[in-house]
Amino acid sequence: MLDKLKKSKFLFEELVKRDFKKKYKRTVLGIAWSMLSPLLMLLVMKVVFEQFFGRTVPHYTTYLFCGLLVFNWFAESTNAGMRCLYGNAAIFTKVNVPKYLFLFAGNVQTLINFVLTLLVFFFFCVIDHVEFTWKFLFLFYPIVTLLVFNIGIGMILSALYIFFRDMDYLWGVFVQLLMYGSAIFYQVDRMPPDVQQVFLFNPVYRHIAYVREIVLAGIIPDLMTHITLAGFALEAFLMGAFMYKHYNTRFLYYV
Amino acid sequence: MSDVMLECRDVSIRYMVGDFKNIGLKEWVVRRLTGRYQVKEFWADRRVSFTLNRGDMLGIIGTNGAGKSTILKAISGIMEPTEGRVIRRGTVSALLELASGFDGDLNVRENAYLRGAMLGYTRKFMDETYDQIVDFAELREFEDRSFKQLSSGMKSRLAFAIASLVKPEILILDEVLSVGDGAFRAKSEAKMREIISGGATTILVSHSLGQVRAMCNKILWLHKGEQKAFGNDVAGICDAYEKFLKGASRLVRESSAGI
Repeated sequence: MLDKLKKSKFLFEELVKRDFKKKYKRTVLGIAWSMLSPLLMLLVMKVVFEQFFGRTVPHYTTYLFCGLLVFNWFAESTNAGMRCLYGNAAIFTKVNVPKYLFLFAGNVQTLINFVLTLLVFFFFCVIDHVEFTWKFLFLFYPIVTLLVFNIGIGMILSALYIFFRDMDYLWGVFVQLLMYGSAIFYQVDRMPPDVQQVFLFNPVYRHIAYVREIVLAGIIPDLMTHITLAGFALEAFLMGAFMYKHYNTRFLYYV
Repeated sequence: MSDVMLECRDVSIRYMVGDFKNIGLKEWVVRRLTGRYQVKEFWADRRVSFTLNRGDMLGIIGTNGAGKSTILKAISGIMEPTEGRVIRRGTVSALLELASGFDGDLNVRENAYLRGAMLGYTRKFMDETYDQIVDFAELREFEDRSFKQLSSGMKSRLAFAIASLVKPEILILDEVLSVGDGAFRAKSEAKMREIISGGATTILVSHSLGQVRAMCNKILWLHKGEQKAFGNDVAGICDAYEKFLKGASRLVRESSAGI
């Protein structure tokens, strides 16, 4: 068992290296690109929306950034995850390797991007005079649950992508809709209570809301929120794991 | 020396062919609703049974589409047999369609490590044997080139070097020995003999009957998924296969002459 894990680790590391090399091949700015894109988005959103929402939301830049930080990670991770399995078809149809490693390796990259963006985020917090407290340590919690959630959704998508290549477009549209439905640049407080209820079922929004509570309000969310986030993550992960297990030897019929 | 290393019991593998592939979600829904959705079944292998002992070298022969590669996929665990069982007693190292699975953007070293990891080696083992691998593949001077720039012979040489340097208990080679030029072929055949004498059980798929005759002690002949023959009588089965091939080509000639 330990031996198997060690071998998987080696393959995992090599896959991570490969993904890195391929992604940043011949891009001068390399990894900086991945940080630049949320920043540009932040800039555009700030310019466009500040006059509409900025007056009623304190620390509007940080408010926006919280949303973009979480949402971009989710979008990037699931989009990359979707192609992980299909992109490695040449490997898993020839060699018997654990297929989830492709997805895990892909997620390392998006996780690193996220962490770098997070550092920039903290820097912005300083500029925006946000008060840093020990409660910031609680940010680890939504990061972990979102990571697991991303991997779970990635597993589901990558399996579906093998069967239906048009998942690509469908997911693209869905992510777009989700962006408008995750309260990235507006507040839900002023909406009718029924509508606010709907937002509670949006895992991405829940993660964004958690981060905002900590960073902007200095409040640790209640226990139920913690349970809900873990619930989202586990549900997605278990469903993805089930699909991988169920189709493990059948994927290759479809590629 | 008669321990059974690998056993295939009535292995049948069914492929699906037809509508399920590449039709997209919309077409899939439409065809499901209108009842035009069709999936045909196709048996790539039908009741194939054989047993290999330690140190055996099995040659699998047959025309294209006989189910040779499919049975190898079942043996290496990439596929599960639809019916029957594959019983493995030992580590399997499989080399299917060698040059594929390498990444064009990585260089020789990176690809070697990636391939080694895929085959289940440890990093330590790769560190120790990397030099040996490159020397064997004769790619020392191309080490820093990206894989796109190598010839397909070079890629196959590297693949062979990586796979053969371990001591797997069961080694699967699909059209591997036909790679490289004459000199490398001789070298790889010598390497194969060394592995076999080390006690490995080897399965070789080859279209070169000469190679099969020279190297194998057991032979399996597949034709359109059916098991035509299996046994120790390598010469006899090869003769029968050759005769069969001649018969087939004569039939083709006659029918085309008739038209």
